[in-house]
Amino acid sequence: MQNLTLLDGQKFQITIKRLCHQLIENHDDFSDSVILGIQPRGIYLANRIAYELQQILPQANILNGNLDITFFRDDFRRREAPLLPNATSIDFIIEGKKVILVDDVLWTGRTIRSAMDAMLAFGRPKKVELLVLVDRRFSRDLPIEPDYIGIRVDSINSQRVIVSWKETDQEDTIILLSDKD
Amino acid sequence: MADNYKGLSTKHLLGIKDLNERDIQLIFETADTFKDVLNRPIKKVPSLRDVTIANVFFENSTRTRLSFELAQKRLSADTINFAASSSSVSKGETLIDTVNNILAMKVDMIVMRHPYPGAGIFLSKKVNAQIVNAGDGAHEHPTQALLDAFSIREKFGDVAGKKVAIIGDILHSRVALSNILCLQMLGAEVMVCGPTTLIPKYIKSLGVKVEFDLMKALNWCDVANMLRIQMERQDIKYFPSLREYSMMYGVNKQILDSLDKEIVIMHPGPINRGVEITSDVADSKQSIILDQVENGVAIRMAVLYLLAGQKP
Repeated sequence: MQNLTLLDGQKFQITIKRLCHQLIENHDDFSDSVILGIQPRGIYLANRIAYELQQILPQANILNGNLDITFFRDDFRRREAPLLPNATSIDFIIEGKKVILVDDVLWTGRTIRSAMDAMLAFGRPKKVELLVLVDRRFSRDLPIEPDYIGIRVDSINSQRVIVSWKETDQEDTIILLSDKD
Repeated sequence: MADNYKGLSTKHLLGIKDLNERDIQLIFETADTFKDVLNRPIKKVPSLRDVTIANVFFENSTRTRLSFELAQKRLSADTINFAASSSSVSKGETLIDTVNNILAMKVDMIVMRHPYPGAGIFLSKKVNAQIVNAGDGAHEHPTQALLDAFSIREKFGDVAGKKVAIIGDILHSRVALSNILCLQMLGAEVMVCGPTTLIPKYIKSLGVKVEFDLMKALNWCDVANMLRIQMERQDIKYFPSLREYSMMYGVNKQILDSLDKEIVIMHPGPINRGVEITSDVADSKQSIILDQVENGVAIRMAVLYLLAGQKP
């Protein structure tokens, strides 16, 4: 395996901050908006974004929930064993709100399709946007594009993009893994 | 879950005997999330939308059948129901013919209750579909045992180390056998209690305690699982009268209050009120009978999800 670090250290921080400021441009004080992190890996980014937003907007009440999409996937009965679910914790109603879906890596777009399905169990949102830290360009299976992007990456299918977080993996990094030929 | 996660170790759910501890924990963890789904305004998920399930009941049932059917609907599966009493079985069709005819209609999974022990195991060897045992004679009733253990886990946080007394008609009970196997696998201590005639002779070989005195059993346990006296299976008299049985083995509020600790009362249903337990016990705060029913749907969703999710 060959590793290529795409983003780390201070640049990682700057990217997160930039995403927050882009969000504020569109959502003002977040009185009408909610953040939904997609389980399992999107919740770290969602928590970080919510934390940073709170630093920038101390008066705002930032609603942040975790959304599990396992039961809404389209590959059930197509893999050896069913995927195990994670907890969904959304203690607010998204009816009429602007929802920002948050995930770490956008690749085929299938997770996001499932997330849009899963989300509807909590109400009919006014608008849905997508924020991702890494956009793997030109690899979409579905017509889905993000509204806010940390970095864009050109990659091939055999490569993997791994996002690590200070909270769980000691440091903030984005790494591109490739099989050695 | 670990990296080497491969789902359940079995293709069918025929009995607790076929499961290992990891399977049971997997079912519980999955049921936790389904319980969360069941408490949402929209209680349905689309996971099993391309799965068809037949509920084949050769014996009467209220809770189990409704609970399975609801679990299937919440998972978006297509379901068909079959009750032996109103079918061609009464014209003499065999079990395998009946099931193969159902399968010819492109059914993926069979949930079956049957009065004969081992009917599910037999069927799983003869037909090409996944079988879930919803009770086979006096043999096993795995989903009931899973939901009982899940309810104990919910009440106490863990099953390991808990003392569970199963009281009543052990001889005719499929709930008793499945419960013993399941609870022991999860590290609980199990005692059976009832009249000598209703305790099977070799039950000790399962490693359970046997007690004939109700008060001793209640004083020992954290949880008392009260079983129904199954009059329909009693071909001979096992005790002089129901009145005498309820005097010796019935639990009432007075008995519960006389214990020096608060124990939890469970019952798989249907209750014979005034026989195994009185109404004031069944409806008391110590009873988790209705929690058991609620958990039944989540457990059955988890079982169906984990079985159906295996590649066909």
